[in-house]
Amino acid sequence: MDPLLLARIQFGANISFHILFPTISIALSWVLLFFKVRYNRTGDTKWMGAYRFWVKVFALTFALGVVSGVTMSFQFGTNWPGYMETVGNIAGPLLAYEVLTAFFLEAGFLGIMLFGSNRVSNRVHTLATFLVAFGTSMSAFWILALNSWMQTPVGFEMIDGKAHATDWLAILFNPSMPYRLTHMLLASGLTVSFLVAGLSAYRWLKGDRAPNVMAAMKTGIYLAAVLIPLQIIVGDQHGLNTLQHQPAKIAAIEGVWETERGAPLLLFALPDKETKSNQYAIGIPKLASLILKHDPNAEIQGLNEFGDKHPPVPPLFWGFRIMAGVGMLMLAVSWLTSWQLRRRGEPMQWLAKVLVAMTFSGWIATLAGWYVTEIGRQPYLVYGVLTTAQAASKVPAGMIATTLVAYLTLYVALITAYISVLFYLARKAKYTKYEKDDVPLPAAPTLALKEST
Amino acid sequence: MTPDLSTPAGWLPVAFMALMGLSMLAYVILDGYDLGVGILLRRASDADKDTMIASIGPFWDANETWLVLGIGILLVAFPFAHGIILTALYLPVTLMLFGLILRGVAFDFRVKARDHHKPWWNRAFYAGSLLATLAQGGMLGFYIVGFEWRWESGVFALFTALALASGYALLGATWLIMKTEGALQALAVGWARKSLWLAAAGVAAISVVTPMVSSDIYNKWFSLPNALLLAPIPLMTAALFVVIQRSLTHLPASHDRWCWVPFACTVGIFILAFHGLAYSLFPYLVVQRITVWQAASATESLMIMFVGICIVLPVIIGYTIFAYRVFWGKARALSYY
Repeated sequence: MDPLLLARIQFGANISFHILFPTISIALSWVLLFFKVRYNRTGDTKWMGAYRFWVKVFALTFALGVVSGVTMSFQFGTNWPGYMETVGNIAGPLLAYEVLTAFFLEAGFLGIMLFGSNRVSNRVHTLATFLVAFGTSMSAFWILALNSWMQTPVGFEMIDGKAHATDWLAILFNPSMPYRLTHMLLASGLTVSFLVAGLSAYRWLKGDRAPNVMAAMKTGIYLAAVLIPLQIIVGDQHGLNTLQHQPAKIAAIEGVWETERGAPLLLFALPDKETKSNQYAIGIPKLASLILKHDPNAEIQGLNEFGDKHPPVPPLFWGFRIMAGVGMLMLAVSWLTSWQLRRRGEPMQWLAKVLVAMTFSGWIATLAGWYVTEIGRQPYLVYGVLTTAQAASKVPAGMIATTLVAYLTLYVALITAYISVLFYLARKAKYTKYEKDDVPLPAAPTLALKEST
Repeated sequence: MTPDLSTPAGWLPVAFMALMGLSMLAYVILDGYDLGVGILLRRASDADKDTMIASIGPFWDANETWLVLGIGILLVAFPFAHGIILTALYLPVTLMLFGLILRGVAFDFRVKARDHHKPWWNRAFYAGSLLATLAQGGMLGFYIVGFEWRWESGVFALFTALALASGYALLGATWLIMKTEGALQALAVGWARKSLWLAAAGVAAISVVTPMVSSDIYNKWFSLPNALLLAPIPLMTAALFVVIQRSLTHLPASHDRWCWVPFACTVGIFILAFHGLAYSLFPYLVVQRITVWQAASATESLMIMFVGICIVLPVIIGYTIFAYRVFWGKARALSYY
């Protein structure tokens, strides 16, 4: 098999596995801070209960994110030596700042956040929780800045085949960065809100009526209901931005082979690269033009205009539809559940079951979206600057294939363990009565503390 | 060959090599005791296993971040060498990553999974720690011989793997002497005594072999007056081994006032060994092939990182010390609240 394809599959597998966990830990850390602050303000133990349950999920998620992230830092070198050799002058500082300002911050205060509540004051513990949350978001900022720069590179010049920075602010705030960062942070928020709602619904269905279960479920559902319309708007804006900078990606997403006016929004089709056309296409006339150009008769550039420098169509076409489809489902479910929670105070059985089924729906949408944007950059690694083939390593195919199989086996085992342990923790939570634990509750916030904050 | 060190193009690569060395040293010492505790885990009872892991639980994550920083500096400051080193070490790197993944996830899974799965996660913790350690030791061996793929290199790499494993075991055992009490502390004293001799043999052997790799390294050490000026390094190392050996005969003691001595001396040995190695290899990043200046990134990129590091690193060290102070003293059972 082609070593380039193997290296891509291996890197893709690793980065896909990795992104699952930061996607959760970024937003979950803020949700934990929310629980903690609610408890500080109200003194209501249900918020402490919610914190205690979800901090365990966070610890597990964070550990998986760390170990898979360490793997990533090595694979830049083992799989893509040409990447750092060519654009290292730009990618390097961004990655360095991520490690310095984000990784150490998260890791340094994680111990205190997880295990330190008996050893530090309540206020320091809240601060530690905040710093961990802040660190995860900083990490997202740096890595999304770099990723966006690879999609829309600016602020540099090529000298002897190597990129040299000319304008760091332009590099950092490159044209697609604000859209991509917002889109990703919202994706993290949605993933977590459905995770929280789903596991809470599971506990509720199992007869766990502890107040913290409903508190967490409401937090998840209302958060989702607020975030999903925002995400649809941001996603639309991100699409327009992509159309401006990477029209070939949009053409592949929409399945537009030949430039056309009044392009339809295809709901279903089988894109065929041999005949350069779509089979069994079902679409809504003129809608793609309307969405992308806000004009039903606007012209959409087709793939024919990019020669062979365009990404493969089926993964983009399908990836986008999976992402958007999950998004629509999220909209329907979160609004319907919100309405029920307001009206009845609890969800109906069948809806709770739907929530359980959608516990990890955010992962599916996030991965599908990342495949669209990353495969959509092909054949380039840095758009228009460096192709993926140029950056690949000379490691023999056999060795990549062997390690790939080993990685995949490990990842499947770990994801299985992760999901089953989360549901196991949810089942077990009912029998763990924290309030009667030997471990004393942290001092409830006093009036004096309230006044001074 | 040495560029003008008064210009940024001259001193920045050296500064980054020093920073990378510092990160790697911090990693080896900090995650070294974590991995050492992992290697020793199999020898303890179930209750002791919990205490052992509790003693490293709040720290392992931050400790591993030093590896990310070290490898990150190699990646961003010396991209050219990064590609060569990691391609040459592809297999041991992969093995190490597997080990670190297993160890890291076992930390959390072992207390959260079903009870009857716990022994399996304990085994994964042990196996992951051992695998990561052996892989790191093997990499060290191949690195010293400059990635020469001969059978002698293989034997040497195998030897450095075992030496590092005993070094980490010594770190782990002395850490436990400091952080635990009672029966477990007594056990740890026994582990430390055993690993002490293996670690001493390992340090001695690596010190003998490294100068034989190239005449340059040999001359650096054995020409006059270098040999006299450098003599304190091996002498102090030997003295520290003796101090550890003596202190272990008096431990565990009833007052426990000196329980930190073996650990502190072991750290001292790692620092000395590291400096000896760094002196042998400088200014090469890939032994006898690529110097720090040949491998360095553009000066302006190094500068923007250097400024950031100067500001942020002291802060990082500050809150790392704070975290260690919070969990100061003997390890207690870990509880989320």
